[in-house]
Amino acid sequence: MDAVVAEGLVKTYTTRAGTVRALDGLDLVVPEGAVLGLLGPNGAGKTTTVRILATLLRPDGGRATVAGHDVVAEAQAVRASIGLSGQYAAVDENLTGEENLVLFGRLYRLSKADAHARARELLEQFALTAAARRVVKTYSGGMRRRLDLACALTGRPRLLFLDEPTTGLDPRSRNALWDVIRDRVRQGATVLLTTQYLEEADALATSIAVVDHGTIIARGTADELKAQIGGERIEVVVHDPAALPRAREILARDAGDDCRVDDRARRIVVPAHGGVLRLMQILRDLEAAAIALDDVGLRRPTLDDVFLTLTGHAAEDGGNGAGAGNADGGAP
Amino acid sequence: MSGLRRALSDGLLVAGRNLRRVPRIPELAIFAIIQSVIFVLLFAFVFGGAIPLPGGGSYREFLLPGIFVQTVFFACVTTAIGMTDDVNKGLIDRFRSLPMARSALLSGRALSDLVYNAGILIVLMVSGLAVGWRVHTGVLEFLAGAGLMLLVTFAMSWIGVWIGMNVPTVEVANQVGFMFIFPLTFVSNIFVPPETLPSWLQPVAEWNPASVLTAALRQLWGNPNPYVADGLPAEHPVLITVAWTVVLLAVFAPLGVRRFRALSR
Ligand SMILES: Nc1ncnc2c1ncn2[C@@H]1O[C@H](COP(=O)(O)OP(=O)(O)OP(=O)(O)O)[C@@H](O)[C@H]1O
Ligand SMILES: [Mg+2]
Repeated sequence: MDAVVAEGLVKTYTTRAGTVRALDGLDLVVPEGAVLGLLGPNGAGKTTTVRILATLLRPDGGRATVAGHDVVAEAQAVRASIGLSGQYAAVDENLTGEENLVLFGRLYRLSKADAHARARELLEQFALTAAARRVVKTYSGGMRRRLDLACALTGRPRLLFLDEPTTGLDPRSRNALWDVIRDRVRQGATVLLTTQYLEEADALATSIAVVDHGTIIARGTADELKAQIGGERIEVVVHDPAALPRAREILARDAGDDCRVDDRARRIVVPAHGGVLRLMQILRDLEAAAIALDDVGLRRPTLDDVFLTLTGHAAEDGGNGAGAGNADGGAP
Repeated sequence: MSGLRRALSDGLLVAGRNLRRVPRIPELAIFAIIQSVIFVLLFAFVFGGAIPLPGGGSYREFLLPGIFVQTVFFACVTTAIGMTDDVNKGLIDRFRSLPMARSALLSGRALSDLVYNAGILIVLMVSGLAVGWRVHTGVLEFLAGAGLMLLVTFAMSWIGVWIGMNVPTVEVANQVGFMFIFPLTFVSNIFVPPETLPSWLQPVAEWNPASVLTAALRQLWGNPNPYVADGLPAEHPVLITVAWTVVLLAVFAPLGVRRFRALSR
């Protein structure tokens, strides 16, 4: 069975400055036991999607089921099977970390003893044991984030919704969190996580859905997406702006159209078909043409590369703030 | 667990969580008490001599039930601030994603603020005793008065819930809350006998829930209780207070619940 099914979700926000169509017919399926990475730039509609699936927001159109229950008609049944960690840590600042976890455990209907045991377990898992008795107000941003994630796990939910779970975490905490998520998945949980980093989706997700302007514009496994966007990139920064056109010619020789030039940064990016060998070839050609370089390297594709390939435009900020209007001509 | 028991136990959990902040931010309670004590000192010692009571009696004994009532009405501000804070910090949303009884977020708030304000009232009563206020009737009358105060505190908290869910920030919640209670507590019999008010304000002062509760307390406790006209509020302040509570709850509880539901719009 599919753990999450969303069909044609539509959500429009009304503000003083006008309306924003945050979701515009979004379809989504997450099979049981899968990890779906919802990848998209600012304002794409990731949080809105998560909030609808977590029963916090009613869709204006379309329907969604989570764990077999309709998110509107059977919201309480949905809540019993999910754990949510929102984009911004929402834990009680005036309670200690432990008190927060015990409260969540009790609200998830654990007995008092179980709630305490579970709290200790999670504090350990998220490296918060030393700070357990401290008021959350004194926590650092990353500690709050970890506590927030721990709270989402108190009820051992079958389904986890994580909205940008690693934003604000240092690399070590991020890796630790990835491990916790993988561990939950091994135990049968289904995860829907949003992220702006292709790398994160790649590390965790069994499949990725790319969202832009409230609809899914691509879906597939990380490998499929990477194949589609041409894998790694070669990036060079030339020393002399005047040398840009000549350098571009050399780099674009067999990159075709997919060659990006940033004049201000004197940077050229092309897909690295052939990897290191191709990079060495380019370096030899540039040297032969006596073009001096400030920087050169092979790098993984980023969200920007995905967007450039899929939509022809860079991942822009879709968060058309008040007054800016809908750049994409969405419904007024 | 049945729906009702669940609503109750979740309400208690939320109330417990709200109350934990009291010792963590002691300034909250301390300044609430200091504020009331300042009112007592201001009116008892600065204006006390200048305000003669028709029919005689001690001004301080007249004033203190009113001060308690003012504190009762402040419950509306306390609750509004707590509610707004929880909404803005994302905690309400967080709780809304849990399989808990949703009513618990509102009832737990009203309950915790009831306990909190009861604590403040106890401290004020003890201070009142120190400046000469006394209950001249019996234990039953005293308890009846205390019960009445709690009843109105509860109703005030529901007004606070509604305000809290309608305002964007804690500062606005504070301002709107005071906007609600200042006219109520000043156009009343709390600080001055109502006959000293302009005549067109007198009926307002007479029917105002703050006045009615104050009159009820003075009557129950045998404190000086001057009233302008005979009329329903003067003759049956206890009854009218209960009626007010029912009306306020009937209006503001559904309004609060409706705003709460609208969070998912
Ligand atoms: N409460 C709101 N009122 C009005 N507009 C909103 C509201 N919440 C979101 N929006 C708008 O809806 C669109 C989608 O927002 P959403 O928060 O879902 O994006 P997101 O993909 O999570 O972005 P980010 O990566 O920045 O978190 C944006 O254009 C945003 O401005
Ligand atoms: Mg978001």
